[in-house]
Amino acid sequence: MKTLTVSVVTPDGPVLEESYDMVSVRAEGGELGILPGHIPLVAPLTISAVRLKKQGNTDYVAVSGGFLEVRPDKVTILAQAAENPSDIDVDRAEAAKQRAEERLNETKSEEIDFTRAKSALQRATNRLEVANNK
Amino acid sequence: MASLRDLKARISSTSNTKQITKAMEMVSASKLNKAEDNAKAFVPYMEKIQEVVASIASGNIDVDHPMLISRPVKKTGYIVITSDRGLAGPYNTNVLRKLYQTIEERHQSKDEYVIIPIGKVGRDFCKKRELPIAHEITGLPDQPNFAEIKDIANYAVNMFSSEEVDELNLFYNHFISAISQEVTETKVLPLNDIDVGEKQSSMYEYEPNQEQILETLLPQYAESLVYGALLDGKASEHASRMTAMRNATDNAEDIIDELTLSYNRARQAAITQEISEIVSGAAALE
Repeated sequence: MKTLTVSVVTPDGPVLEESYDMVSVRAEGGELGILPGHIPLVAPLTISAVRLKKQGNTDYVAVSGGFLEVRPDKVTILAQAAENPSDIDVDRAEAAKQRAEERLNETKSEEIDFTRAKSALQRATNRLEVANNK
Repeated sequence: MASLRDLKARISSTSNTKQITKAMEMVSASKLNKAEDNAKAFVPYMEKIQEVVASIASGNIDVDHPMLISRPVKKTGYIVITSDRGLAGPYNTNVLRKLYQTIEERHQSKDEYVIIPIGKVGRDFCKKRELPIAHEITGLPDQPNFAEIKDIANYAVNMFSSEEVDELNLFYNHFISAISQEVTETKVLPLNDIDVGEKQSSMYEYEPNQEQILETLLPQYAESLVYGALLDGKASEHASRMTAMRNATDNAEDIIDELTLSYNRARQAAITQEISEIVSGAAALE
C-alpha cells in the first residue's frame, strides 16, 4: 500500500517525520483528508489537531495555525508551533487556558485583546484535547 | 622599578582575570554550539516556507497583497539585533555603527524613521542619542525559541501592514564562522524580491484561494525572516564573545609572562645587592 511521508516543521526544528496512510486536517475552508497521490495543494490550517492514520492507529499532533503543503507522496505542515501529545505541558496549557478565559471575561470591549485572548484560548484547549487523546 | 610585593600582587590579580576570561570563553563556546544547532533546526522550516512563497509568487503575477507591493517610502522601520550584555568584542559596536551611518545617510529628520532595538545595548544606544524607538525587547535568553520573538516580529509586521512604516529593514551580525561575523542589512518588507530560484515543477491547487493563503503565509514568512536573523545574531554574539574572551586570556598570559620576568629580575637584583652588601661589610672588617 502506498504511503505518505508526513513532516511537521516549526521554526524551533522538525517535530515529526514519518510515513502514514492518511492525513486529516482542519483547514480554514473545512476538513481535508489527504491520501497518497493527492494533487499538489496548499491550504492554511486552523488551530486544531492533525490526525495521522497508520494501519488502524491514529496519531495526533497539535498545531497552532500554519499551513499545509501537499505533494503526491509527501505532506509538509509548516506551523509556528506544533507538539506531539507526549511533548505537551498539560499544566502550562491548563494555566494558559485559565488566563485566557479570565481575560475574555474582562476585556470584551477591546477588539485586539479579545482576538488575542480568544486565539490563546483556542491554542490551550487544542493542546489539552490532543494531550488527552494520546 | 616596582617593588617585589607590588609585582606579586599584579601577577595574582592578572591571573584571576585570566581565569574568569577563560571560563567565559568556554561558556561561550558551548553556547555557540547550541546556537548553531538552533540555527540548523530552523533551516528546513525557512526553506520550505520560502519554496511555497516563491512558487505562489512565480506562478501568478496577478496576485497582489499589500506586503508584496512597494509603496513610496515616507517612513522606514529598522530592527537592530544587539546583545544584552557587553564583553562581546566588536559585536555591538559594529552593528550600531552601521545603523547610525545608514540613518545619517538616508534621513534628514527623526520623523522619517523609527527603530526597534532588540537587546539592552541597542536600546541604550538609541535612548542616549534620542533616536525614536517604536518597541523594544530585552532579556532574551541565549537560546530563544519562536514564541519569545513572535510578539516583536508580529508587531513589526503589523506596523508595515497598518502603513505606519513603508519599509522594514533588519540589521544584524551574520554568522560566517566562529572567527568572522559580518554586519548585514536585509529588507524584510515589502517582499518584492523573493528569490524564486529555478522554476517550480509542481503547480499547486489553492484551498480556498490564493489571497487567503497569502494572508496567512506572508506574515508568517516575514516573522520567520526576523526569527532567522535573531538566531543568526545569537550565534554571532556567542562567537564574537568567545573570540573576545580568547584574546583577553591570551593578553593576560602575555602580561603575566612579562610581570614574572620583571619579578624574577627584581628578585635577582635584590639578592645580588644583598651579597655585595655582605661582601663589602666583610671586607670592611678585615
